[in-house]
Amino acid sequence: MPKFRQTSEILKLMSNKEDIRDIGIIAHIDHGKTTMTDSLLAEAGLLSPKIAGEARALDYLEEEQKRGITIKTANISLLHEMGDKSYVINLIDTPGHVDFTGKVTRALRAIDGAVVVVDAVEEVMVQTETVTRQALAERVKPVLFINKVDRLIRELKLSSDEVQKKLLRIIRDFNNLIEIYGEPEFKSKWKVDAAKGTVAFGSALHKWGFTLDVAQKKGIKFSDIVETYKKEQWEELPKTLPIHAAILDMVVKHHPNPIEAQKYRVPKIWKSDIDSEIGQAMLNCRDDGPTVMCITLAQLDPHAGLVATGRLFSGTVSEGDQVYLVSARKDYRVQQVSMYMGAFREVVGSIGAGNISALLGLDLARAGETLVDIAHRDVMVPFESIKYVSEPVVTIAIEPKHPRELPRLVDAMHRLAIEDPNLVTTINKETGEYLLSGMGELHLEIACKFLKDFTSGTLEIITSKPIVVYRESVSGKGVLAMAKSPNKHNKFWIQVEPLEEKVIEMIEKGDISEIMNRKQMGAILHKEAGWKADEARKVLALEVHRNMLIDATKGVQYMGEVKSTVISGFTWGAESGPLAGEPMRGVKVRLLDVKLHEDPVHRGPAQIMPATRRGLYGSFLTAQPVILEPIYKIGVTVPEQWVGDVSSIITRKRGRIISSEQKGPLTLIKGYIPVAETFGLAADLRSATSGHAFWQTQFDHWEKTPESIASTVIEEIRKRRGLSGDIPRPSKFIDEA
Amino acid sequence: MPRELVFVGLGLYNEKDLSLRALETIRKANTVFAELYTSLMPAFHISKLEKLSKKNIILVSRRDLEEEAGQKILDSAKNGITVLLVPGDPLIATTHVDLRIRAEKQGIKTRIIHGASIISAVIGLSGLQNYKYGRSVTVPFTDESSTVETPYRVIKENKRLGLHTLCFLDIKAEEKRYMTIRHGLKALLSMEKTKRKRVVTLGTLAVGVARAGSDNSTVKADYVAGLMNYDFGPPPHSLVFPGRLHFVEAEALVTLAEAPESVKEMVK
Ligand SMILES: Nc1nc2c(ncn2[C@@H]2O[C@H](COP(=O)(O)OP(=O)(O)OP(=O)(O)O)[C@@H](O)[C@H]2O)c(=O)[nH]1
Ligand SMILES: [Mg+2]
Repeated sequence: MPKFRQTSEILKLMSNKEDIRDIGIIAHIDHGKTTMTDSLLAEAGLLSPKIAGEARALDYLEEEQKRGITIKTANISLLHEMGDKSYVINLIDTPGHVDFTGKVTRALRAIDGAVVVVDAVEEVMVQTETVTRQALAERVKPVLFINKVDRLIRELKLSSDEVQKKLLRIIRDFNNLIEIYGEPEFKSKWKVDAAKGTVAFGSALHKWGFTLDVAQKKGIKFSDIVETYKKEQWEELPKTLPIHAAILDMVVKHHPNPIEAQKYRVPKIWKSDIDSEIGQAMLNCRDDGPTVMCITLAQLDPHAGLVATGRLFSGTVSEGDQVYLVSARKDYRVQQVSMYMGAFREVVGSIGAGNISALLGLDLARAGETLVDIAHRDVMVPFESIKYVSEPVVTIAIEPKHPRELPRLVDAMHRLAIEDPNLVTTINKETGEYLLSGMGELHLEIACKFLKDFTSGTLEIITSKPIVVYRESVSGKGVLAMAKSPNKHNKFWIQVEPLEEKVIEMIEKGDISEIMNRKQMGAILHKEAGWKADEARKVLALEVHRNMLIDATKGVQYMGEVKSTVISGFTWGAESGPLAGEPMRGVKVRLLDVKLHEDPVHRGPAQIMPATRRGLYGSFLTAQPVILEPIYKIGVTVPEQWVGDVSSIITRKRGRIISSEQKGPLTLIKGYIPVAETFGLAADLRSATSGHAFWQTQFDHWEKTPESIASTVIEEIRKRRGLSGDIPRPSKFIDEA
Repeated sequence: MPRELVFVGLGLYNEKDLSLRALETIRKANTVFAELYTSLMPAFHISKLEKLSKKNIILVSRRDLEEEAGQKILDSAKNGITVLLVPGDPLIATTHVDLRIRAEKQGIKTRIIHGASIISAVIGLSGLQNYKYGRSVTVPFTDESSTVETPYRVIKENKRLGLHTLCFLDIKAEEKRYMTIRHGLKALLSMEKTKRKRVVTLGTLAVGVARAGSDNSTVKADYVAGLMNYDFGPPPHSLVFPGRLHFVEAEALVTLAEAPESVKEMVK
């Protein structure tokens, strides 16, 4: 039975940092995260009686219950007793579907340990790999729970030996992921080992589980479990091997407490002086240090307003505190501090370092934001940005059924954009285009559902078919293009070339970023990418789609005064290229010379921005421009007999197979496929395999669109956007002397 | 058929500022364009001028003139006498010289019929001697990432040489935004906070001029603190920062611009 505690008692426990664990449950879709978490709730001490006994207390959204999948992350704090001690477990259940991996990424920032759930039948899958890789990148320590062991016995009818062999293979494959993606200093320490108790086995559905050490103590062997199932007596298992004890004991024993974890996590996610006051306070997880929180989730509650959830790395945050949001550059007063109980929040008034909590009153807080107390606002360096493995590559256009509902649609889209940073909303009042871009079709389908929910189902919307998002890039060096401002009194000389793969990679890994000090960035670009030292130091802007603007001018008068407008012009151009209005990617833009008018009104934004963009376009169009298409990584599991059919469907759709592995009775086929070819893939796979194939697709990389179709692709996008027929000529943007 | 592009200055206030020669030229022209985005003529109405000149006048916006219509005007000039009407004196505070160059390069003859300029009006009204003005400069609206760094520096450099500075205040005619004297001073004061060169402080002498060239122009000289609270009435506004004062200039400021008597002590 759940045991309830008074909030005050919990808060007392929470101040004892050794007794806190911040963890997340991560896995491939359907491997049983939510079912497992539910059985923890049922037995562990809850902080509130409100949610006791509710089935799927964490999948509380209507859409989640209907579809049987998790869509959002859910936070809950549990109480666990081990020996004669009590522990507070702040737990986050995450979604497994690839379209929602962004939410996993954000949750990982808040936690120190992850229970990776693997379905014993399906074994280590594509998404197991993705989430484990991300956890390791955030220095979140994994332990393993191999779930659905009941299916091995009841459905696959494996013998005790066969069961153990399969389990060993899963452990080996999982450790292989740690070997590949782990950082050298953590790799060997973090590999899981059944003998050491960092692997649990069980069935979340039947509520039993164990680690080897416990089983040995109790004298239970695998064969006993197989026998119990054969005798149909599995209902007995939770009595001797309760799952909550197996999982939570493992968490308490093998996951770090916040003090231990922050010692090595802080240097990874916060690149500043660790010896400073703030650095030391975070490193040591001090309640009496400056208040520093990393926001990992923003939600708009129709009643409470914006709810910002995050991990407190240092200090104590209390109602009424004056705080500062570093990216929003705004001061706020914290209106409420609370803890999570699934769908509910419990107001606590104040909370200490090392915990996950929710704050009210910070209306500009977004995931990734750095919060600091007002006294330290001027010295705080923000956390490293949260890096997503996926990009929004599928777009739909939406419009309200009744044009007068437009303002409500815009409001609802605004809320979507706040809550899900992986969803890009584009509102173009001029062209009347309202676009939603997401990871995949499910992502967008759910987003549209939310649009309706936000308006209590009263907003009717019409959606277009999904369209693919492309990128524009260059494959050679362009001419040195001179462009004049509209009033012809300012001149810009601009030249583009491909940004080195190496540099794109550095941006993607976060080795260099827009917020970085330019001297430091220069040193890295010079050393790692071989840039000339003087240019490496003069990066004016690093635009979101991996384009860079470099100031290669020398001694230009008034340059300082127009810099920010030049950057705006560059960003404006990079956001929508001249081929088809798609964003540019991987373009290195060098500004070589500038001549400006004497008077500031004749070199205002209306002059400088178009001139910069023209020069960029002009040189771009002479640099052997190319159109890039997004490529999904695809993983299909299918029984042996249909492997050939699946492979041929993928190849027919311009895809390629990279591997196929036997996983018990199923084969896992991995490959790449252009996103453009995946609409309708579901129908093809279903009919070819009589519904026996399960698959996942996830954005992987950008690739040059094959020559044979590139011009058609461009033509179609131009038509859709209402652009004139042909790609403009460079001369349209380049001025003569 | 004569091919010609004539830049005609409209003056400062209303259609009656046009010279008779200008009116004659408009009447004879084949096509008449007008741009009204570079400044504000408080009582000017295109329709009145159309009536007066019996000509249809084509209004062009900044975008028009800077992008396509620049060529449209040139094309029209290739086929007959074309007039471009510009507030003030047509080639002083504007960037139209580019259009003139392009016309000449394309074999179109060009001509200017001058109008009263804001520069001569403000200088005249201020009572300060034209010989002692340094570079003039516009104080831009500080949104959209522009700053008042340049005007601050120009005033500073002029002052160092003992020269007066004429500051135009930004006009965004398309958005109907006209910078007021108070707004301009505020922007300069906030630049002072970062630069701290004592160029524009609350104790700096300045001259505010409103509606120069109209029947109801206002001129007031005072220290910045006083000007910030002075009601100059509707736009357009301009500002002058005096440099070293000649004794006649000090007297003019006191008599014609209600400057405090103490400015006379500033004469060197
Ligand atoms: N046989 C068996 N089925 C299980 C077990 N655990 C979960 N399931 C079933 O697997 C399905 C998926 O379970 P969930 O808990 O929703 O999985 P999840 O990992 O949370 O799924 P997402 O959050 O959508 O990724 C449900 O039908 C569960 O009943 C188990 O131990 N044995
Ligand atoms: Mg789930």
